[in-house]
Amino acid sequence: MGSTLKGIFSVGFGYSMLRVTTPILFAALGAVVSEKAGAVNIGLEGLMLISGVTGVIVSAWTQSAWLGLLAGLVLAVLFALFMGYFHIKLGTDMVLAGIAMNVIASGGTVFALFVASGDRGISSSLASKVLPTVELPLINKIPVIGPILSGHNVLTYFALLAVVGVWYFLYRTPLGLRLRAVGESPDSADSVGISVSKMRFLALGISGFLAGFGGCHLSMGYVSWFSRDMTAGRGFIGLAASALGGVHPIGTAIASLFFGFADALSNYMQSLSIPSEFVQMIPYLATVAALGVFARRQMSRERKGKKQAGREVA
Amino acid sequence: MSMGSLLEMKGITKVYPNGVLANDGVDFSVRKGEIHALVGENGAGKTTLMRVLFGLETPDEGEIYYKGSQLQISSPLQAIRSGIGMVHQHFMLAPSLTVTENIVLGVEPRKGLRFDWDQAVSKVKELAERYNLHVDPRAQIRDIPIGMRQKVEILKALLRGAELLVLDEPTAVLTPQETEELFASLMELKKQGHTMVFISHKLGEVKQITDRISVMRGGRMVGVRNTAEVSEADISRLMVGRDVLLRVNKPPAKPGKKVLEVESLSLFTPEGKALLDGVSFSVREGEILGIAGVEGNGQSELVEILTGLRQAHGGSLRIEGQLCTNAAPGQLRRLGVSHIPEDRMLHGVAVDAAIQENLMADRISKPDYSGKVFLRTKDIESTAKSLVQEFNIVARSPRTPVKMLSGGNIQKVVVAREFSSNPKLVIANQPTRGVDVGAIEFIHRKLVEICRSGVAVLLISADLNEVMSLSDRLLVFYGGRVVAGFSNADAVSEEELGLYMLGIKAQESAQLKEALA
Ligand SMILES: Nc1ncnc2c1ncn2[C@@H]1O[C@H](COP(=O)(O)OP(=O)(O)OP(=O)(O)O)[C@@H](O)[C@H]1O
Ligand SMILES: [Mg+2]
Repeated sequence: MGSTLKGIFSVGFGYSMLRVTTPILFAALGAVVSEKAGAVNIGLEGLMLISGVTGVIVSAWTQSAWLGLLAGLVLAVLFALFMGYFHIKLGTDMVLAGIAMNVIASGGTVFALFVASGDRGISSSLASKVLPTVELPLINKIPVIGPILSGHNVLTYFALLAVVGVWYFLYRTPLGLRLRAVGESPDSADSVGISVSKMRFLALGISGFLAGFGGCHLSMGYVSWFSRDMTAGRGFIGLAASALGGVHPIGTAIASLFFGFADALSNYMQSLSIPSEFVQMIPYLATVAALGVFARRQMSRERKGKKQAGREVA
Repeated sequence: MSMGSLLEMKGITKVYPNGVLANDGVDFSVRKGEIHALVGENGAGKTTLMRVLFGLETPDEGEIYYKGSQLQISSPLQAIRSGIGMVHQHFMLAPSLTVTENIVLGVEPRKGLRFDWDQAVSKVKELAERYNLHVDPRAQIRDIPIGMRQKVEILKALLRGAELLVLDEPTAVLTPQETEELFASLMELKKQGHTMVFISHKLGEVKQITDRISVMRGGRMVGVRNTAEVSEADISRLMVGRDVLLRVNKPPAKPGKKVLEVESLSLFTPEGKALLDGVSFSVREGEILGIAGVEGNGQSELVEILTGLRQAHGGSLRIEGQLCTNAAPGQLRRLGVSHIPEDRMLHGVAVDAAIQENLMADRISKPDYSGKVFLRTKDIESTAKSLVQEFNIVARSPRTPVKMLSGGNIQKVVVAREFSSNPKLVIANQPTRGVDVGAIEFIHRKLVEICRSGVAVLLISADLNEVMSLSDRLLVFYGGRVVAGFSNADAVSEEELGLYMLGIKAQESAQLKEALA
């Protein structure tokens, strides 16, 4: 036990926590944006898979990690809009559209992988590229903090910037205001001539864009290959982080860090002599536990809120 | 095109996808600078006609001329651009956004990429100043009173340059004071050259501020009159097609034993401010106890406690002698409490459910309607059908979702359910809000009827006329307390009541005791 604690409080653990938080954070921010516009994006998981495999294949072809990333992003956005088309234009339930997305992506990416590499499980036969890591000047000289914060994959820094970016977009720009209005009260947006469907498309597009980063981070940063279903539920954990963070970018970032912690813990403990099946459950158990605590708190707050509302109406 | 018309709608026909003919060749014209009333029974098609004008519904037939030229309006944006604004029957505001954000939504001032909050606030302030519509630009919508929300809606339209303003039942949810304030603003708007269409079921208001009146019935336009030339009775005759009794016929009360006894009930805010402060009274079977008071003086909280929606912090509550303080709503219902809530959309109906499901919601688990495994659909349907008939709910079928009904008909669904559950105590909170004169007459008659058959009735209403004419006994609420009681409601004048309601006067405790007993 003592050694476990020591491990957790080590610099290496801090670094690894930020690393594993990255894809969760991207997914969670994607969840925030679409949820703010009133569409719960269940399909994040699938969108991440699609961008992940696209990034690997295209970077292997072009021998450029950046082109791989670009292709991954484009495809994730396109598929998000495709899902939006079913939901917004054809009236499919968003949850069903998301589930369909995930099923299609799970099978489709394996197919693409097989076509491109001849392997159904892993892309290691492809000479795919990895996005660069970045040493932060000055910061990397600070003891303890330096090694934790510096030397990450470039997408980790993108993720942190995205937190600020999403916040700025949602709370400081006219478009963000409209998007939130659409999510909260579509009728009121409609009554002032804001197109609800356009805003939802926009939100899903952004959501896909962010999920795309998350997927590419997994296959071109976190590791250097794509393997089937490699997202392993991170899209859903992202949804949980968004709910836990109050559908606010900052709160969501904190919640993502918590899940990143659980993930890193599970990775770390696999190196100990505990059956790995148990250890691998940690991130998911943490999710369930966190959501449970959250729901309880929410319920008591709602009870209070209702009372307050009652008073205000009066 | 007739002289001076700003708006001319010709032969508008609208059939909803479910086959309801809501507008049937309607002609409607409005002159520049007038306040034009649009009246008619619930479901007559007033809202539909205005939704067509505002581009929210596409008409099947008909033409719209505005300022002399034909308009093709297919979206609210086009209506807004042409200078038409609408304040909807049910508010169109996002509760968590601020007043300013709601007002400027869609036409936000910018500074570079960002939303220029300061400019937006000053714009809103300036507009509010100009039209004398005072709002708090920084408050969130969910924190402000209904009267202010109404002003936000009007400002929203004005900011977009509305010259013609449609107000769909703007006063239905306002207190008399707020209504007066609104009317002052409307007169100001008129002075500044704006034109208004005013929809209301309150004929007194229509008489007070409009210049002309258009009357609809059953989807058709049945007449246009100059307001000065007609009486309230004339208007209601046109609307309903028969004479309407504007006063209630009430046989004398024969109060029996006490059904509801409330003993020093109290409730506080988390900050410790008293919302209800030692409220005591009782209601006997066969009598109507009215509670008058400006809204926000504890009436809503009282009703919430009496119906189990909220927990009291002190005091007790008895139904037929049985102690049931802070009992759950279901328990209270089983004891015979029925409740017409003030907000029908929030507590009255499930909007997506069918009429019959809403009618049966409180009794569905009774053996009459559910067998061991399955629901007794036949019995449910036949009961629902007879209620729809008895309460004159205008709808295609009992299976129609409630959200497709007009506002007044939704209220009738609630009333039908609450009156038909064999109650011992009916708590009626604003029972005739937003319903037409014919339906008001009907609900009032039913209320008296059910009371005289031996049911206790507690009536809360912001409409002074209503409480005064229906109640046998009357209490006045002010600041969470009972400040006056009258054992004979007929003996009070409106002026006197007003003094108590505004807290200018309060009764001696001896006098109060007598009325409370
Ligand atoms: N979205 C809808 N779908 C189907 N039918 C509808 C819809 N909205 C309204 N109706 C029907 O059209 C008719 C006219 O409704 P409308 O809302 O225009 O009446 P109204 O005159 O405004 O009544 P109220 O005074 O009660 O508000 C009603 O019979 C109503 O049930
Ligand atoms: Mg209406």
